[in-house]
Amino acid sequence: MNFTNFGRYILLLKAAFKRPEKWKIYMKAIFQQMDFIGVGSLGLISIISTFIGAVMTLQIAFQLVSDFIPKTIIGSVNRDSTILELSPTISAIVLAGKIGSAISSEIGTMRVTEQIDALEIMGINAPGYLILPKILAGITMVPMLVIISMVLSITGGYLGGTLSGAVSPTEYIQGITTDFNPFTIAVALVKAFVFGFIITSVPAYEGFYVKGGALEVAQASTRAVVVSCISILACDYLVTGLML
Amino acid sequence: MIEIKDIHKSFGDNEVLRGISGKFQPGITNLIIGGSGSGKTTLLKCMIGLHHPEQGSVTYDGRDFTQLNTEERIEIRKEIGMLFQGSALFDSMTVEENIMFPLNMFTDQSRSEKLDRVNFCLDRVNLEGKNKLFPAELSGGMKKRVGIARAIAMNPKYLFCDEPNSGLDPKTSIVIDELIKEITEEYNTTTVVVTHDMNSVMGIGDYIMFLHQGKKFWEGSNKEIAKTDIPELNDFVFASRFMKAAKDKF
Repeated sequence: MNFTNFGRYILLLKAAFKRPEKWKIYMKAIFQQMDFIGVGSLGLISIISTFIGAVMTLQIAFQLVSDFIPKTIIGSVNRDSTILELSPTISAIVLAGKIGSAISSEIGTMRVTEQIDALEIMGINAPGYLILPKILAGITMVPMLVIISMVLSITGGYLGGTLSGAVSPTEYIQGITTDFNPFTIAVALVKAFVFGFIITSVPAYEGFYVKGGALEVAQASTRAVVVSCISILACDYLVTGLML
Repeated sequence: MIEIKDIHKSFGDNEVLRGISGKFQPGITNLIIGGSGSGKTTLLKCMIGLHHPEQGSVTYDGRDFTQLNTEERIEIRKEIGMLFQGSALFDSMTVEENIMFPLNMFTDQSRSEKLDRVNFCLDRVNLEGKNKLFPAELSGGMKKRVGIARAIAMNPKYLFCDEPNSGLDPKTSIVIDELIKEITEEYNTTTVVVTHDMNSVMGIGDYIMFLHQGKKFWEGSNKEIAKTDIPELNDFVFASRFMKAAKDKF
């Protein structure tokens, strides 16, 4: 059964990546989706990232209670954890909930109200028109959101650590600037790219093949979020294993 | 002209269509009627390619739709207009954008040309000035009329209507029926309407195909249907006391 679903998912993607009927119309749809996925999620990602950074600093400081460990390590650990794991993965899971459910419900509702049939009858490649702009917006905007998340999370760590007195500003800044490996950014961006693809394509698939009514659309949304989250974690492991 | 030959379609063990054949001529209103579960919507979906029949052919003016590849099917679909049961208007678009959508996709007309066409179509369905409304702001009858306007935007050779009167009051139903008939005669389109509305059958049924248990049970015109003595057809068409009384007067 899962192989059948995977096969249908691949076939849907193949149809989605066919040459668009008119790029001008698709470009408009891509920018709309970029606005929805990127700008629309900025507030949520900002709040979550800032607080995660602050909490991470406090927890690292709490665990490193030894005179033999310099406090600058708090900044280093926070930086690497944020860049490599927390910003890409937590952002992706949050976005899977917010964007994934929206995509699945939107496409699912279009399916049950025959809007997708209407597109097909007009001679329009429905997977292309509905899914391609979402995927392209996802793989461009999610990495941007992850970069913003990294900056805010590290800033949040600074604020949380210094305001609570867990670490001094000088120690924290020294920590985040010492032994920085720029390759970690590349790993994070690859993850963000993959997650952006999953967050948009999996819910689109779930919505596209909905049969029934409101109940089935809701079930498809739930399934979309669950499958997206599991796929994100599996791909997180894969990318980390391959690149580090 | 659309010709269907020996159409078979099953869903699992349930054989919905059992070898249906028929011809739908241009310029007249062709009706497919039948009770719930008789297979009329499935037949319509087989004709427009939303379902794939296991056997049989659907020919659009000599072009066998079932044998065409995706690109060739798209070319035929550009000649098709379809009015869906629930109108299927795009929620996120205004009335104007809905009607303009196929023009944007498939023509290189200027914005003013497209706008002229939209206004012409809206005028044709008596909805002039409603350009900026969203589907959520329209009544059921208005949605159907916008659906018709969108269907005729590309000057279709073939017009399909899936239960165009469902959920409408009798007066609005007649307006929709008359509109379909006028458009069919005016543009000489091959129009196929799936319905179980008896007012439509008696009012605009130039050619009627009656389906029963997945088979074509009867075909003829609205004048002939009144005189038929086939029990299955009489049970369907003249089910109500009012219609039985009306039959006696025909």
